[in-house]
Amino acid sequence: MTQEEHRLAVLGAGTMGVGIATLAIGYGVPVVLVDIDADRRAEAPDKVRQQLRMAQLMGGLRRDAQAGGLTVTDSLDAVAEATVVVESITERPEWKAKLMAEVTAVLPAGTPVLTNTSGIPVDELAGAAVRPEDVLGAHFMNPPYLIRAIEVVRGPRTAQASLDTALGLLTRLEREPVVVGDGPGFVINRVLQRMINEASRIVQDGIADPAAVDALFTGCLGHRTGPLATGDLIGLDNVVDSLQVLLDRTGDEGYRPSELLVDKVRAGDLGRKTGRGFHDYQGAQR
Amino acid sequence: MTTSTGDRTTEAVQRELMGFLSEHTRTTWAPDTDLFAQGGVSSLFAMQLLVHIESTYGISITGDDLNLDNFRTVQRMTALVERLRGEGSDG
Repeated sequence: MTQEEHRLAVLGAGTMGVGIATLAIGYGVPVVLVDIDADRRAEAPDKVRQQLRMAQLMGGLRRDAQAGGLTVTDSLDAVAEATVVVESITERPEWKAKLMAEVTAVLPAGTPVLTNTSGIPVDELAGAAVRPEDVLGAHFMNPPYLIRAIEVVRGPRTAQASLDTALGLLTRLEREPVVVGDGPGFVINRVLQRMINEASRIVQDGIADPAAVDALFTGCLGHRTGPLATGDLIGLDNVVDSLQVLLDRTGDEGYRPSELLVDKVRAGDLGRKTGRGFHDYQGAQR
Repeated sequence: MTTSTGDRTTEAVQRELMGFLSEHTRTTWAPDTDLFAQGGVSSLFAMQLLVHIESTYGISITGDDLNLDNFRTVQRMTALVERLRGEGSDG
Protein backbone atom coordinates (compact mmCIF):
# COMPACT_ATOMS: atom_id res chain seq x y z
CA MET A 1 0.00 0.00 0.00
CA THR A 2 1.53 3.28 -1.08
CA GLN A 3 -0.98 5.61 0.50
CA GLU A 4 -2.36 5.74 3.98
CA GLU A 5 -5.94 4.52 4.03
CA HIS A 6 -8.24 7.26 5.22
CA ARG A 7 -11.68 7.08 6.75
CA LEU A 8 -13.47 10.40 7.07
CA ALA A 9 -16.16 11.41 9.54
CA VAL A 10 -18.26 14.46 8.69
CA LEU A 11 -20.34 16.08 11.44
CA GLY A 12 -23.38 17.88 10.07
CA ALA A 13 -25.31 16.88 6.93
CA GLY A 14 -26.11 20.41 5.73
CA THR A 15 -25.04 21.80 2.36
CA MET A 16 -21.34 21.83 3.20
CA GLY A 17 -21.32 18.53 5.08
CA VAL A 18 -22.97 16.72 2.18
CA GLY A 19 -20.58 18.40 -0.27
CA ILE A 20 -17.50 17.40 1.75
CA ALA A 21 -18.82 13.82 2.07
CA THR A 22 -19.39 13.75 -1.70
CA LEU A 23 -15.81 14.86 -2.37
CA ALA A 24 -14.34 12.11 -0.17
CA ILE A 25 -16.65 9.37 -1.47
CA GLY A 26 -15.86 10.43 -5.03
CA TYR A 27 -12.20 9.79 -4.30
CA GLY A 28 -12.86 6.38 -2.76
CA VAL A 29 -12.58 7.43 0.88
CA PRO A 30 -15.32 5.90 3.06
CA VAL A 31 -17.39 8.43 5.02
CA VAL A 32 -19.41 8.37 8.23
CA LEU A 33 -21.87 11.29 8.12
CA VAL A 34 -23.37 12.27 11.46
CA ASP A 35 -26.41 14.47 12.03
CA ILE A 36 -28.92 14.70 14.86
CA ASP A 37 -31.75 15.65 12.47
CA ALA A 38 -33.66 12.59 11.20
CA ASP A 39 -34.88 14.34 8.02
CA ARG A 40 -31.39 15.37 7.06
CA ARG A 41 -30.13 11.84 7.67
CA ALA A 42 -32.90 10.41 5.50
CA GLU A 43 -32.15 12.82 2.64
CA ALA A 44 -28.35 12.54 2.80
CA PRO A 45 -27.76 9.42 0.63
CA ASP A 46 -29.85 10.82 -2.23
CA LYS A 47 -28.16 14.19 -1.98
CA VAL A 48 -24.73 12.57 -2.06
CA ARG A 49 -25.76 10.52 -5.12
CA GLN A 50 -27.00 13.62 -6.90
CA GLN A 51 -23.86 15.57 -6.05
CA LEU A 52 -21.61 12.74 -7.19
CA ARG A 53 -23.31 13.01 -10.58
CA MET A 54 -22.96 16.79 -10.50
CA ALA A 55 -19.25 16.41 -9.69
CA GLN A 56 -18.78 14.00 -12.58
CA LEU A 57 -20.77 16.18 -14.94
CA MET A 58 -18.56 19.16 -14.14
CA GLY A 59 -15.34 17.16 -14.34
CA GLY A 60 -14.70 17.41 -10.60
CA LEU A 61 -13.99 13.70 -10.20
CA ARG A 62 -11.99 11.12 -12.06
CA ARG A 63 -14.22 8.93 -14.19
CA ASP A 64 -12.46 5.75 -13.13
CA ALA A 65 -12.69 6.48 -9.39
CA GLN A 66 -14.20 3.79 -7.22
CA ALA A 67 -16.69 5.44 -4.86
CA GLY A 68 -16.19 5.06 -1.10
CA GLY A 69 -19.01 3.86 1.14
CA LEU A 70 -21.38 6.17 3.01
CA THR A 71 -22.69 5.48 6.52
CA VAL A 72 -25.26 7.90 7.94
CA THR A 73 -25.87 7.93 11.68
CA ASP A 74 -26.87 10.07 14.65
CA SER A 75 -24.24 8.56 16.91
CA LEU A 76 -20.91 10.23 17.61
CA ASP A 77 -19.54 6.83 18.68
CA ALA A 78 -19.37 5.93 14.98
CA VAL A 79 -16.58 8.45 14.38
CA ALA A 80 -14.04 6.71 16.63
CA GLU A 81 -12.56 4.75 13.68
CA ALA A 82 -12.08 7.84 11.51
CA THR A 83 -8.59 9.02 10.56
CA VAL A 84 -9.84 12.59 10.12
CA VAL A 85 -13.01 14.35 11.35
CA VAL A 86 -14.54 17.42 9.70
CA GLU A 87 -16.99 19.48 11.75
CA SER A 88 -19.51 21.28 9.54
CA ILE A 89 -22.50 22.12 11.72
CA THR A 90 -24.38 25.44 11.91
CA GLU A 91 -22.16 28.47 12.52
CA ARG A 92 -23.04 28.94 16.20
CA PRO A 93 -19.93 29.25 18.40
CA GLU A 94 -21.61 27.60 21.41
CA TRP A 95 -22.87 24.61 19.39
CA LYS A 96 -19.51 24.11 17.75
CA ALA A 97 -17.67 24.34 21.07
CA LYS A 98 -19.98 21.76 22.66
CA LEU A 99 -19.48 19.40 19.74
CA MET A 100 -15.69 19.85 19.88
CA ALA A 101 -15.74 18.68 23.51
CA GLU A 102 -17.96 15.69 22.72
CA VAL A 103 -16.19 14.47 19.60
CA THR A 104 -12.64 14.77 20.94
CA ALA A 105 -13.76 12.72 23.95
CA VAL A 106 -14.52 9.69 21.74
CA LEU A 107 -11.50 10.03 19.43
CA PRO A 108 -8.04 8.59 20.02
CA ALA A 109 -5.28 11.16 20.54
CA GLY A 110 -3.77 12.37 17.27
CA THR A 111 -6.96 12.20 15.17
CA PRO A 112 -7.29 15.67 13.66
CA VAL A 113 -10.62 17.47 13.95
CA LEU A 114 -11.05 20.07 11.21
CA THR A 115 -13.60 22.79 11.76
CA ASN A 116 -15.23 24.15 8.62
CA THR A 117 -16.15 27.37 10.42
CA SER A 118 -16.17 30.41 8.20
CA GLY A 119 -14.78 32.72 10.83
CA ILE A 120 -14.64 31.54 14.44
CA PRO A 121 -10.96 31.41 15.47
CA VAL A 122 -9.66 27.84 15.60
CA ASP A 123 -8.10 28.40 19.00
CA GLU A 124 -11.44 29.44 20.47
CA LEU A 125 -12.95 26.08 19.43
CA ALA A 126 -9.77 24.20 20.36
CA GLY A 127 -10.22 25.54 23.88
CA ALA A 128 -13.35 23.39 24.21
CA ALA A 129 -11.64 20.22 22.95
CA VAL A 130 -10.15 17.50 25.16
CA ARG A 131 -6.91 17.88 23.13
CA PRO A 132 -6.58 21.37 21.60
CA GLU A 133 -3.53 20.19 19.64
CA ASP A 134 -5.74 18.00 17.42
CA VAL A 135 -7.94 20.90 16.25
CA LEU A 136 -7.40 22.94 13.09
CA GLY A 137 -9.47 24.72 10.46
CA ALA A 138 -10.32 23.63 6.90
CA HIS A 139 -12.40 26.21 5.10
CA PHE A 140 -14.00 24.28 2.24
CA MET A 141 -15.69 26.36 -0.45
CA ASN A 142 -19.02 25.39 -1.99
CA PRO A 143 -19.12 22.99 -3.77
CA PRO A 144 -16.02 21.33 -2.29
CA TYR A 145 -15.59 18.90 -5.20
CA LEU A 146 -15.28 21.67 -7.78
CA ILE A 147 -12.97 24.05 -5.91
CA ARG A 148 -9.50 22.63 -5.44
CA ALA A 149 -7.90 25.31 -3.29
CA ILE A 150 -8.68 25.19 0.41
CA GLU A 151 -7.78 27.54 3.26
CA VAL A 152 -6.28 25.43 6.05
CA VAL A 153 -5.95 27.17 9.40
CA ARG A 154 -3.28 26.23 11.88
CA GLY A 155 -4.17 27.36 15.39
CA PRO A 156 -1.48 28.38 17.88
CA ARG A 157 -1.91 25.04 19.66
CA THR A 158 -2.32 22.79 16.58
CA ALA A 159 0.25 19.96 16.58
CA GLN A 160 2.40 19.42 13.48
CA ALA A 161 1.37 15.73 13.39
CA SER A 162 -2.34 16.62 13.25
CA LEU A 163 -1.71 19.19 10.53
CA ASP A 164 0.30 16.61 8.55
CA THR A 165 -2.46 14.00 8.78
CA ALA A 166 -5.06 16.52 7.65
CA LEU A 167 -2.87 17.66 4.74
CA GLY A 168 -2.35 14.01 3.82
CA LEU A 169 -6.10 13.49 3.44
CA LEU A 170 -6.57 16.74 1.49
CA THR A 171 -3.77 15.73 -0.87
CA ARG A 172 -5.35 12.31 -1.27
CA LEU A 173 -8.53 14.18 -2.30
CA GLU A 174 -6.45 16.18 -4.81
CA ARG A 175 -7.11 19.47 -3.03
CA GLU A 176 -4.58 22.29 -2.94
CA PRO A 177 -4.25 23.38 0.69
CA VAL A 178 -3.02 26.87 1.57
CA VAL A 179 -1.98 26.91 5.24
CA VAL A 180 -2.54 30.19 7.09
CA GLY A 181 -2.52 31.37 10.70
CA ASP A 182 -5.45 31.80 13.07
CA GLY A 183 -7.66 34.85 13.60
CA PRO A 184 -11.31 35.90 13.17
CA GLY A 185 -12.33 35.20 9.56
CA PHE A 186 -8.83 33.85 8.75
CA VAL A 187 -7.85 35.31 5.36
CA ILE A 188 -10.82 34.88 3.04
CA ASN A 189 -13.71 35.93 5.22
CA ARG A 190 -11.84 38.71 6.99
CA VAL A 191 -11.71 40.40 3.59
CA LEU A 192 -14.73 38.95 1.76
CA GLN A 193 -17.40 39.55 4.42
CA ARG A 194 -16.26 43.10 4.84
CA MET A 195 -16.36 43.62 1.10
CA ILE A 196 -19.94 42.34 0.91
CA ASN A 197 -20.89 44.58 3.84
CA GLU A 198 -19.29 47.64 2.28
CA ALA A 199 -20.90 46.92 -1.11
CA SER A 200 -24.24 46.68 0.68
CA ARG A 201 -23.62 50.07 2.33
CA ILE A 202 -22.88 51.57 -1.09
CA VAL A 203 -26.32 50.39 -2.26
CA GLN A 204 -27.90 51.60 0.99
CA ASP A 205 -26.36 55.06 0.52
CA GLY A 206 -27.72 55.28 -3.03
CA ILE A 207 -24.27 55.52 -4.61
CA ALA A 208 -24.85 52.59 -6.97
CA ASP A 209 -27.42 49.85 -7.48
CA PRO A 210 -26.46 46.15 -7.02
CA ALA A 211 -26.06 45.55 -10.76
CA ALA A 212 -23.66 48.49 -11.07
CA VAL A 213 -21.58 47.44 -8.05
CA ASP A 214 -21.18 43.89 -9.33
CA ALA A 215 -20.55 45.03 -12.93
CA LEU A 216 -17.52 47.01 -11.76
CA PHE A 217 -16.00 44.04 -9.95
CA THR A 218 -16.58 41.62 -12.81
CA GLY A 219 -15.83 44.03 -15.66
CA CYS A 220 -12.96 46.08 -14.23
CA LEU A 221 -11.33 43.66 -11.82
CA GLY A 222 -12.06 40.38 -13.55
CA HIS A 223 -13.84 38.83 -10.55
CA ARG A 224 -16.04 35.92 -11.58
CA THR A 225 -18.93 37.29 -9.50
CA GLY A 226 -19.34 40.68 -7.84
CA PRO A 227 -19.54 41.03 -4.04
CA LEU A 228 -23.33 41.24 -3.88
CA ALA A 229 -23.91 38.25 -6.17
CA THR A 230 -21.37 36.42 -3.99
CA GLY A 231 -23.36 37.35 -0.89
CA ASP A 232 -26.54 36.07 -2.57
CA LEU A 233 -24.77 32.79 -3.32
CA ILE A 234 -23.47 32.37 0.26
CA GLY A 235 -26.86 33.32 1.72
CA LEU A 236 -27.37 36.74 3.31
CA ASP A 237 -28.33 35.16 6.65
CA ASN A 238 -24.94 33.44 6.71
CA VAL A 239 -23.25 36.70 5.76
CA VAL A 240 -24.91 38.50 8.69
CA ASP A 241 -23.94 35.65 11.07
CA SER A 242 -20.32 35.76 9.88
CA LEU A 243 -20.17 39.54 10.17
CA GLN A 244 -21.48 39.28 13.72
CA VAL A 245 -18.78 36.72 14.59
CA LEU A 246 -16.17 39.10 13.17
CA LEU A 247 -17.62 42.17 14.91
CA ASP A 248 -17.83 40.41 18.28
CA ARG A 249 -14.22 39.25 18.07
CA THR A 250 -12.54 42.33 16.59
CA GLY A 251 -14.69 45.22 17.81
CA ASP A 252 -14.15 46.66 14.33
CA GLU A 253 -17.30 48.61 13.36
CA GLY A 254 -16.62 47.92 9.68
CA TYR A 255 -17.98 44.45 10.34
CA ARG A 256 -21.28 45.64 11.83
CA PRO A 257 -23.90 44.25 9.40
CA SER A 258 -25.37 47.07 7.30
CA GLU A 259 -28.99 48.03 7.85
CA LEU A 260 -29.81 46.92 4.31
CA LEU A 261 -28.38 43.45 4.95
CA VAL A 262 -30.28 43.10 8.20
CA ASP A 263 -33.50 44.32 6.52
CA LYS A 264 -33.14 41.77 3.73
CA VAL A 265 -32.62 38.93 6.17
CA ARG A 266 -35.63 40.08 8.20
CA ALA A 267 -37.73 40.15 5.01
CA GLY A 268 -36.63 36.62 4.12
CA ASP A 269 -34.71 37.74 1.02
CA LEU A 270 -31.70 35.55 1.68
CA GLY A 271 -30.28 35.31 -1.84
CA ARG A 272 -30.34 32.52 -4.39
CA LYS A 273 -31.85 29.99 -2.00
CA THR A 274 -35.01 32.07 -1.58
CA GLY A 275 -35.08 33.46 -5.14
CA ARG A 276 -34.19 37.00 -4.14
CA GLY A 277 -31.41 38.86 -2.34
CA PHE A 278 -29.58 41.82 -3.82
CA HIS A 279 -30.51 40.36 -7.19
CA ASP A 280 -33.71 38.68 -8.34
CA TYR A 281 -33.45 34.99 -9.26
CA GLN A 282 -37.12 34.11 -9.50
CA GLY A 283 -37.83 32.36 -12.76
CA ALA A 284 -34.36 32.95 -14.12
CA GLN A 285 -32.30 29.97 -13.02
CA ARG A 286 -29.04 31.00 -14.57
CA MET B 1 -33.94 15.37 -42.25
CA THR B 2 -36.16 14.23 -39.45
CA THR B 3 -35.40 10.94 -37.81
CA SER B 4 -37.72 9.20 -35.44
CA THR B 5 -36.83 7.02 -32.49
CA GLY B 6 -39.80 5.98 -30.46
CA ASP B 7 -42.74 8.38 -30.26
CA ARG B 8 -40.88 11.69 -30.59
CA THR B 9 -38.98 13.10 -33.51
CA THR B 10 -35.62 14.84 -33.30
CA GLU B 11 -37.32 18.12 -34.10
CA ALA B 12 -39.81 17.65 -31.29
CA VAL B 13 -37.00 16.94 -28.80
CA GLN B 14 -35.15 20.01 -29.97
CA ARG B 15 -38.26 22.16 -29.70
CA GLU B 16 -39.05 20.88 -26.23
CA LEU B 17 -35.50 21.50 -24.99
CA MET B 18 -35.50 25.02 -26.40
CA GLY B 19 -38.82 25.65 -24.67
CA PHE B 20 -37.45 24.41 -21.35
CA LEU B 21 -34.37 26.61 -21.74
CA SER B 22 -36.23 29.76 -22.67
CA GLU B 23 -38.69 29.25 -19.81
CA HIS B 24 -35.94 28.80 -17.23
CA THR B 25 -33.41 31.33 -18.47
CA ARG B 26 -35.76 33.95 -19.94
CA THR B 27 -33.59 33.88 -23.07
CA THR B 28 -34.05 32.32 -26.47
CA TRP B 29 -31.20 30.05 -27.51
CA ALA B 30 -30.22 28.92 -31.00
CA PRO B 31 -29.75 25.12 -31.34
CA ASP B 32 -26.00 25.50 -31.79
CA THR B 33 -25.26 28.18 -29.18
CA ASP B 34 -22.88 27.15 -26.37
CA LEU B 35 -25.01 27.60 -23.26
CA PHE B 36 -22.02 27.57 -20.93
CA ALA B 37 -19.87 30.09 -22.76
CA GLN B 38 -19.26 33.49 -21.18
CA GLY B 39 -22.51 35.04 -20.04
CA GLY B 40 -24.48 31.84 -20.50
CA VAL B 41 -26.12 29.63 -17.90
CA SER B 42 -24.47 28.58 -14.62
CA SER B 43 -22.96 25.17 -14.06
CA LEU B 44 -25.63 24.50 -11.44
CA PHE B 45 -28.23 24.81 -14.17
CA ALA B 46 -26.50 21.97 -16.05
CA MET B 47 -27.67 19.59 -13.33
CA GLN B 48 -31.25 20.81 -13.70
CA LEU B 49 -31.02 20.23 -17.42
CA LEU B 50 -29.75 16.73 -16.84
CA VAL B 51 -32.56 15.87 -14.43
CA HIS B 52 -35.13 17.38 -16.78
CA ILE B 53 -33.86 15.36 -19.74
CA GLU B 54 -33.81 12.12 -17.77
CA SER B 55 -37.33 12.53 -16.45
CA THR B 56 -38.83 13.84 -19.70
CA TYR B 57 -37.36 11.17 -21.99
CA GLY B 58 -37.19 8.26 -19.57
CA ILE B 59 -33.45 7.80 -19.98
CA SER B 60 -30.60 7.45 -17.53
CA ILE B 61 -27.41 9.43 -18.15
CA THR B 62 -24.41 7.75 -16.51
CA GLY B 63 -20.69 7.01 -16.84
CA ASP B 64 -18.85 8.76 -19.67
CA ASP B 65 -22.08 10.45 -20.79
CA LEU B 66 -21.98 12.53 -17.60
CA ASN B 67 -19.94 15.12 -19.42
CA LEU B 68 -20.73 18.80 -19.73
CA ASP B 69 -19.85 18.66 -23.43
CA ASN B 70 -23.03 16.65 -23.99
CA PHE B 71 -25.07 19.58 -22.65
CA ARG B 72 -23.33 22.50 -24.33
CA THR B 73 -25.88 23.03 -27.07
CA VAL B 74 -29.46 22.01 -27.78
CA GLN B 75 -28.14 20.01 -30.73
CA ARG B 76 -25.79 17.98 -28.55
CA MET B 77 -28.47 17.34 -25.94
CA THR B 78 -30.85 16.22 -28.66
CA ALA B 79 -28.20 13.86 -30.05
CA LEU B 80 -27.65 12.42 -26.57
CA VAL B 81 -31.38 11.87 -26.07
CA GLU B 82 -31.67 10.19 -29.47
CA ARG B 83 -28.70 7.95 -28.84
CA LEU B 84 -29.76 6.84 -25.35
CA ARG B 85 -33.35 6.29 -26.44
CA GLY B 86 -32.05 4.23 -29.33
CA GLU B 87 -29.89 2.15 -26.99
CA GLY B 88 -32.86 1.66 -24.70
CA SER B 89 -35.12 0.40 -27.49
CA ASP B 90 -32.40 -1.92 -28.80
CA GLY B 91 -32.01 -3.64 -25.46
